[in-house]
Amino acid sequence: MALTRKKEAPHEAPTHRLMVVDDSNVIRRRIERVHDLLGIEFVGAARNGREALELYEKLQPTLVTMDLTMPEMDGNECVARLVERDPNIRILVISALADKLTAIDAIEKGASGFLCKPFTDRQLNEALRKLIES
Amino acid sequence: MVRTETEVSVFVDSVLHYFTTTVQQVAECGTPYLALGRTPEISDYTGMIRISGQREGVVFFTAPKSMLCVMLMRMQETDMSHDNLCDLVGEIANTLSGNARRDFGPQFKISVPSIVCGREAEVAYPANTRPIVIPIEWRTYRARLVVCLN
Repeated sequence: MALTRKKEAPHEAPTHRLMVVDDSNVIRRRIERVHDLLGIEFVGAARNGREALELYEKLQPTLVTMDLTMPEMDGNECVARLVERDPNIRILVISALADKLTAIDAIEKGASGFLCKPFTDRQLNEALRKLIES
Repeated sequence: MVRTETEVSVFVDSVLHYFTTTVQQVAECGTPYLALGRTPEISDYTGMIRISGQREGVVFFTAPKSMLCVMLMRMQETDMSHDNLCDLVGEIANTLSGNARRDFGPQFKISVPSIVCGREAEVAYPANTRPIVIPIEWRTYRARLVVCLN
C-alpha cells in the first residue's frame, strides 16, 4: 500500500513536490518533518522502488529522496526508471552505504545528490536546499 | 588482535556516530569484555548483520525498549510502536553494515540487516569464537554492541 497525504491549499503553490522513498517508517517521517522548513510540498511516500514508480504517475513529484537498500525494487533501479520518465526530476539518494563507489553509481544512474545515513536534520535540510538550487 | 581491535572500533564508532547525529547526544562506550562460557545477554530489540568472506561472524546492537523510545522522542517521533522500534534498531544495523562495507572493502560480505525481538531470542554464533561485548551507555540507559568474528 502506498502512503499519501493531502495538504491544505497553501497561499502560493509550492514550486517543489517531494516524494520520500524509504522502507523505514522512522526515516520517512523524519524527512517529512524536515521538509516543512524549506517550504517544499510533501506529496507522498513509498516503501520501495516499485511503490515509488506506481505513485510517481499520480503524484508527479519534482523532488525525491531515495533509499538504496529496499525490498522488491532497490533504489538504484528506481532512480534509473524515474529519470527515464522525467529527465528533470531531482533525486537525493540517502543511504547507509557510505562508500564512494555507491555514491558514484547512484549519480551515474541519474541521482542529483547523495547523503549518508545517519544524518542530522541540518544536513538533510542542506542537502534538500542544494537539490532545489541545482 | 590488532586486526580485531580495528574491526571492533569501526563498529563502535558507527554506533557512537549514530547517537551524535541522529539523537544529537553523545553516547559512551563502556569497558569491553569477552563473553566467555556464556552467550551475551540479548535485550528487547536487536539489529543484526552477518559477515562472511575473509572473516565470518555476526555483529549486533541490542537495546532495551525504554532506551529506544527515548531515542525516538529525541528524533521528534511520537509513534513508539513496535514497528518503529524495529525500524530504529534496523537503521542502526544498517549503519553498521554501511560503514563495514566502506572500511573493510569487498573481502567482507555483509548481509542485509535483520531484526530480532525479545530477550529470549537465540543468536547463532560461529564455532570457536568469543563474542566481544561493548556496553553503549547513553543517559541512564545501557545497550550492547556485540562483535563476534572468527
